[in-house]
Amino acid sequence: MQIFRPGADSVIRVALCAAAIVPFIAAGLAYAISSSPYMTQQNITRNQPVPFSHEHHVGGLGLDCRYCHTSVEKARFAGLPPTETCMTCHSQIWTNAEMLAPVRTSLAENRPIRWNRVHNLPAYVYFDHSVHIAKGVGCSTCHGAVEQMKLTRQVAPLTMGWCLDCHRDPRPALRPREAVFDQSWQFPPNQEDEGNRLLQAYNIHPEHLTDCSVCHR
Amino acid sequence: MKVIAVTIIALLLGGCADQSMRQQKRYGTFGAADLWPDGSSARPIPRGTVAQTDAAWQAASTPPPAVTAALLQRGRERYNIYCSPCHGLDGKADGMIVERGFPKPPSYHTDRLRAAPARYFFDVITKGYGVMYPYAARVTPEDRWAIVAYVRALQMSQQARLADVPEAREKLP
Ligand code: HEC
Ligand code: HEC
Ligand code: HEC
Ligand code: HEC
Ligand code: HEC
Ligand code: HEC
Repeated sequence: MQIFRPGADSVIRVALCAAAIVPFIAAGLAYAISSSPYMTQQNITRNQPVPFSHEHHVGGLGLDCRYCHTSVEKARFAGLPPTETCMTCHSQIWTNAEMLAPVRTSLAENRPIRWNRVHNLPAYVYFDHSVHIAKGVGCSTCHGAVEQMKLTRQVAPLTMGWCLDCHRDPRPALRPREAVFDQSWQFPPNQEDEGNRLLQAYNIHPEHLTDCSVCHR
Repeated sequence: MKVIAVTIIALLLGGCADQSMRQQKRYGTFGAADLWPDGSSARPIPRGTVAQTDAAWQAASTPPPAVTAALLQRGRERYNIYCSPCHGLDGKADGMIVERGFPKPPSYHTDRLRAAPARYFFDVITKGYGVMYPYAARVTPEDRWAIVAYVRALQMSQQARLADVPEAREKLP
């Protein structure tokens, strides 16, 4: 009488090995998927009521970020321009453009334009623009070459790991305050010394910047 | 085997689906809210409301602050952000937006605007002028005075004579 078939031994071995390995592979896979650009929604452009182009307005016309994102230096929220801001110019130029019809109706009906969010951190994360601006982290460090974007997209992954990479050691990302809004600014070759100097000057203490309560409050 | 692996992955991924922490039931800053006719969670201030800080704002807008180097620096920065697109970096009204077809504002370097009192510039920023929209929402009263001081500096810069700055004499060839 034969209860087990000849291959039974190997099947069991493979099954046991798999039972040990599969959870790790699965966890690794899940992590890889969750931090992939697909899941973090990097480089996706969204449909907007008006196809607003930073390439045109920032790259072409040379407007400063603060002309529209007025609260970025003072508040957590960078601020999106109210309809009146668009109309400071578009009440006189491109007044008949089909593309801008939603802006005109928005002003006429006093209903704000509904921009679809491009960046969206989970609600349990606290992020504040003003502190980063005051401590010399430039827009382009986190948002990339906005001045070349026809439609805005998210460049950084915005995962916790990404925040922490910088919070552990912000030195390579620090620049002089007056260069924060300069999208064409390049880091100097001696950034290592500069970073050390600015860390001192801005009085930054990275040892507390990775406390959970900094971002989860 | 594959079935087991797929099941485990499916179970693990199932853990990611709970969005109740990610998207909490509260409004974000200027979030959409269909509850209100204008669709915004940010409510307009009721008519006649007086903010606690209004007195401080009033105080900041009368009398003008003393002109210091720091004020001029601030003024230059704010002017370059909010005014230079039309009035140009030097106040000659050759900004980028004017080049693209916006009505040309008057140059600051005219006798009329050189003679205008500082308060006049402050009021134009606050209330707008003709086709120029008001900037009260974007430029605080302190910054308005800083801009006015810088506009004055621009006006002087186009009219400066060597006699006004005797120290410069030695530095020139
Ligand atoms: C003329 C006005 C204007 C200027 C100037 C401007 N922006 Fe914007 N910005 C907008 C508008 C309108 C939106 C919303 C539509 C969109 O997402 O493209 C926006 C969206 C954004 C977003 C995405 C917001 C989101 O939904 O997550 C970022 C990031 C951004 N801007 C960065 C910048 C930076 C950096 C600069 C300066 C280099 C700048 N902007 C200058 C008008 C402006
Ligand atoms: C400081 C002036 C100014 C402001 C403020 C401004 N625009 Fe414009 N916009 C322009 C000019 C000038 C052009 C024409 C561009 C050109 O000729 O290269 C333009 C072109 C456009 C166009 C069509 C061209 C294109 O492909 O981008 C759209 C759409 C537009 N703007 C949307 C907006 C919206 C929405 C806002 C408000 C968030 C806004 N603009 C604020 C000056 C402005
Ligand atoms: C340290 C990285 C970092 C820097 C520096 C930074 N941003 Fe952001 N920005 C973010 C993140 C993260 C979000 C998403 C915030 C959220 O979802 O709550 C964001 C969102 C935005 C938004 C959408 C509105 C909002 O506040 O949620 C705008 C507009 C914006 N940024 C503009 C700017 C401008 C302009 C600058 C430069 C002055 C800048 N940002 C600098 C990380 C940064
Ligand atoms: C490129 C560098 C960089 C990145 C990326 C970055 N930060 Fe920061 N962050 C800083 C610096 C520098 C400071 C200032 C620290 C200080 O003042 O001591 C700071 C400060 C903060 C603070 C205030 C800390 C306090 O003392 O209260 C918060 C909150 C914060 N960051 C959240 C975030 C979050 C959330 C992200 C990711 C979405 C992020 N940061 C990404 C550099 C960065
Ligand atoms: C610099 C800011 C920052 C700090 C400090 C920080 N976190 Fe986070 N955390 C984030 C961000 C941003 C996310 C959202 C990541 C995403 O959406 O992928 C997050 C997400 C999480 C999540 C949810 C993960 C998920 O995938 O659902 C947990 C749990 C968490 N953090 C725990 C912690 C703990 C514990 C600490 C302290 C050791 C900590 N965090 C410190 C920024 C931070
Ligand atoms: C979008 C373009 C634009 C911007 C930006 C702008 N202006 Fe003007 N400004 C104009 C135009 C156009 C006029 C002429 C209006 C008219 O005659 O109908 C004007 C007129 C003025 C006048 C009145 C001149 C007179 O004839 O008495 C002053 C003063 C002035 N602007 C100051 C400013 C200051 C200060 C800022 C920055 C806070 C600013 N402007 C930003 C377009 C602009």
